[in-house]
Amino acid sequence: MSDYISHDHEHDGIDRRGFLQCMAWAGTGLLWTISGGVLVSKTLAQIAQAGDSLPTATDLSFLQISDSHIGFSKEANKDVTATFRIALDRINAMPTPPSFLIHTGDISQLSKPEEFDTFDEVLKSCRTKDVFYVPGEHDVLDGSGKLYRERYLKSVEGKGSGWYSFNKNGVHFIGLVNVLNLQAGGLGQLGDEQLEWLEADVKDLGSSTPIVVFAHIPLWAVYPQWGWGTSDSERALGYLKRFGSVTVLNGHIHQVLQKVEGNVTFHTAMSTAFPQPAPGTAPSPGPMKVPAEKLRSMLGLTSVRYLQGKSSLAVVDSNLS
Amino acid sequence: MFASPIHHYRPKHTTGCERAVSPLLTYLNTGTLALALVFGLALLTSVRGKDSETKGSVFPKNTKTEIVIDNFTFSPATSTVPVGATVTWTNQDSVPHVLTSVDNQFKKSPVLKAGQRFSNTFATAGTYSYFCSIHPRMTGKIIVK
Repeated sequence: MSDYISHDHEHDGIDRRGFLQCMAWAGTGLLWTISGGVLVSKTLAQIAQAGDSLPTATDLSFLQISDSHIGFSKEANKDVTATFRIALDRINAMPTPPSFLIHTGDISQLSKPEEFDTFDEVLKSCRTKDVFYVPGEHDVLDGSGKLYRERYLKSVEGKGSGWYSFNKNGVHFIGLVNVLNLQAGGLGQLGDEQLEWLEADVKDLGSSTPIVVFAHIPLWAVYPQWGWGTSDSERALGYLKRFGSVTVLNGHIHQVLQKVEGNVTFHTAMSTAFPQPAPGTAPSPGPMKVPAEKLRSMLGLTSVRYLQGKSSLAVVDSNLS
Repeated sequence: MFASPIHHYRPKHTTGCERAVSPLLTYLNTGTLALALVFGLALLTSVRGKDSETKGSVFPKNTKTEIVIDNFTFSPATSTVPVGATVTWTNQDSVPHVLTSVDNQFKKSPVLKAGQRFSNTFATAGTYSYFCSIHPRMTGKIIVK
């Protein structure tokens, strides 16, 4: 499924590039709709053909950006600040600006203050001012994530190593930290303290409350051989099982992957910096060098819309080409 | 000289008296082989012993070992070094790695960017497990003898 962003081998009669241009902002992607516990996915091409309309009258829309890696300057993308800026331009060009942004980690390449400074400076150009953050492992290279917390988690009053929750339009959002205290040979980790907090955090919520969980490393076993998973995510998801609609948004793997398990939809976002190989298709998960003209088609952002009263969340990815 | 008895017995296996003589032959064969092995090992050990003594005097305890970080892997993943050896890691990946000792047995490296090196001298015998704190699936081991 990760390929649909860059390749379209479906021979469905629609020229991909032309389609992208027509769709402008909406770009490529699958539209996920959860309605009454039944999940329906359609490609945007299918929707266009069927004459259905995209959800326009939304009560809440927000946008996920991820893995900006400001400071990275290797072959895979020598100007990650420029591509981050393009992502923000896309947000600014949206007919209806998103209510807020979620950044799912790896703002920086090396947790350096100047990298965070550059990110903040470029972000100022974004029309949408509210941003919610969770750290990636590249943001907490000092071991504790102190600098990251001071800069990006102060306003949300993160608990423990920085996790928090908030409500918007009847949706309960949970930001989790799974990049600290990693153990040798292990995966991402939430830890007991955070899990106990999560259990208490959702305890009094009605089962019909839509839940959106966001964290850097995928909360499902995407590809443990490359460390793409979280060792204790099962326990976290156990606390969320009774909810009718759970959307899990992650970054880290620099490509779109989706999985549906019961009422839970897992989704990983593209990076704004550089792509990474599909699981197991390369000797290592290192940055993937693609031809310059192809790079922007493999970078992007994710738009999420929630229609109140329909308990549905639509997740749409769009690339930067 | 120990090879000849085996050759000598071998043709007998193919003769008609094979069934009757076989157990004895097997016994003899095994015995001769065992003897040959013991002798051979003793010879090898004595040669090796002399060899390492010579080496010891030429290279004192500060031997150097190189470990390469490439494709999110430590190569070699396990290194056995003498007490006092200095181990140097070189990051050949384009992504940063942080060498971290399990249970803080030795000092954590700074963030190693592409091409950067980190060294540690192991003064005490023991097994030192380490990993990359950013990519914890990357693990390695230094055995100091």
